[in-house]
Amino acid sequence: MDIKDIIKEENLVYKRTNVLTENIMHYCPGCGHGTVHRIIAEVIEEMGIQEETIGVAPVGCAVLAYNYFNVDMQQAAHGRAPAVATGIKRVFPEKFVFSYQGDGDLAAIGTAETIHACNRGENITMIFINNGIYGMTGGQMAPTTLEGMKSSTSPYGRDVEMMGYPLKMTELIANLPGTYYVTRQSVHTPGNVRKTKKAIRMAFENQKLKKGVSFVEVVSNCNSGWKMNPVQANKWMVDNMFPFYPLGDIKVPQDK
Amino acid sequence: MERELKLMKGNEAIAEAAIRAGADSYFGYPITPQSEIMEYLMAQKPHERTGMVVLQAESETASINMVYGAAACGKKSMTSSSSPGVSLMQEGLSYIAGAELPCLVVNVQRGGPGLGTIQPSQADYFQTVKGGGHGDYKLITLAPSSVQEMADFVKIAFDLAFKYRNPAMILSDGAIGQMMEKVYLDPQVPRMKEEELPSWGTQGKKKGQDHKIITSLELESEKQEKVNLRIQAKYRQLEEEEVRFEAISCDDAEYIFVAYGTSARICQKAVDMARERGYKVGLFRPITLYPYPFKQLNKLADQVKGMLSVEMSAGQMVEDVRLAVNGKVKVEHFGRLGGIIHSPDEVFNALLNKIIGG
Repeated sequence: MDIKDIIKEENLVYKRTNVLTENIMHYCPGCGHGTVHRIIAEVIEEMGIQEETIGVAPVGCAVLAYNYFNVDMQQAAHGRAPAVATGIKRVFPEKFVFSYQGDGDLAAIGTAETIHACNRGENITMIFINNGIYGMTGGQMAPTTLEGMKSSTSPYGRDVEMMGYPLKMTELIANLPGTYYVTRQSVHTPGNVRKTKKAIRMAFENQKLKKGVSFVEVVSNCNSGWKMNPVQANKWMVDNMFPFYPLGDIKVPQDK
Repeated sequence: MERELKLMKGNEAIAEAAIRAGADSYFGYPITPQSEIMEYLMAQKPHERTGMVVLQAESETASINMVYGAAACGKKSMTSSSSPGVSLMQEGLSYIAGAELPCLVVNVQRGGPGLGTIQPSQADYFQTVKGGGHGDYKLITLAPSSVQEMADFVKIAFDLAFKYRNPAMILSDGAIGQMMEKVYLDPQVPRMKEEELPSWGTQGKKKGQDHKIITSLELESEKQEKVNLRIQAKYRQLEEEEVRFEAISCDDAEYIFVAYGTSARICQKAVDMARERGYKVGLFRPITLYPYPFKQLNKLADQVKGMLSVEMSAGQMVEDVRLAVNGKVKVEHFGRLGGIIHSPDEVFNALLNKIIGG
């Protein structure tokens, strides 16, 4: 049997959504970004909102997200995605707007934009990828880097007396009245991917209800930055990241 | 329809003109001496008048990035601030220019550096026309010298910004922002309908079309150079086609003042004083500070014996006057600093001392 005999429409069990472009992603093997991109794109396809969705890419590893999402996309300055998304949503209140940011972008340089977009209750979906490190610039300490965790700017481990504490941005914004749905997920196992997809679906559905910010943190790995192979990185994430950044819903809509 | 006559502050005139020009959104942060712009907009409920969005942001950094987001949708978007706040916007302006987006930014200048003073100044000339943010870009810059021009320049600035897909700035100062004058206001222009929005904007991917991407990033140097060259070509066209200026009593002038904004008003009085005393003095007023009227000033240099650049700064525009004149005649600077507006007497005496008698 030839491979062409196997690749037939009736044998298909899975197909790339056309809400992703055919561009080859630049992400490191084992990185969570590609999976999160895929499930966002699948949610957009399943909801039938490809033509009504505008996304905002950050500065960081996902800066080129606009090459992968087959929806209209804007690239924002470092940390400013929530402000850019605000500008879009305010002039297009009926469209679906999502921002996609890493931890340095969302929780360090863009802290003010994040908190105030959340506090205003902008009716947007915010996706937050937390891997505890600056990936793109080569593995520097992030606001989310764990105590004792090594990075290129904390080579002996994060010393909290000198460098301050890791920031739980998601718990922080969950306290604000403008956030409607806040959850923390991961994509390291098929089961977690399904849960994250469900969360992202809800985060997009919520925009129809006009209730404010839906915020999905995805605790992810950075095997390159952490200097591990993908399997080691996922195990390290489970053993070290999850205890400090526990998975699960942090704020669930009360009126559902 | 006839223009409506009103008595307004310069800041209010900008705000009213923005609503009437069909602006879609304003994002701003309070700072003296321009807070009346957002106050007026909020009081007017433009969301009821035209559907225009007005939002108070958490910082100038946020407001310029909100402008980016709305402008990238193809919407008419603006912000306003004063000098320290405009400094915070430089990152956003560079991104907006790099992503080739149209928008209007109003700077009602106050004295610096640092927190400086809340009194009027013209010390942001360098920041405005020589860059400010990083990279090779220019701001289309209009300098109003009356409340009437505060209103009129809003539409002109939006038109130029959209024609060239480049940010435009109205560079005003605290005096013109705060003073009241009569102003004729244009009738209401309707906001663009969705089908009238420019097709390059992110308005949701259309069936059968590629998705739109608004970005200022290009990692391949060869491609990034091409982007830069395309942007520079726009600037050459701007410099050929969009220069605006006013020449007052220049036809027979032997000496001229070069001044914009509030300083031009003072110089106009000084021209009258000089003429009464028998000196043939004129005023050359650049209206676009970028593109700057280099050719026109160079031509005037063939006719006059000297020029005095008068600015409420330590001497910034004078560098461009000298570039224009290219050594043909003497060019000097006069200006008060720190929020002080020079008097016509001071300006006239400076002309006598530095140019006519010097």
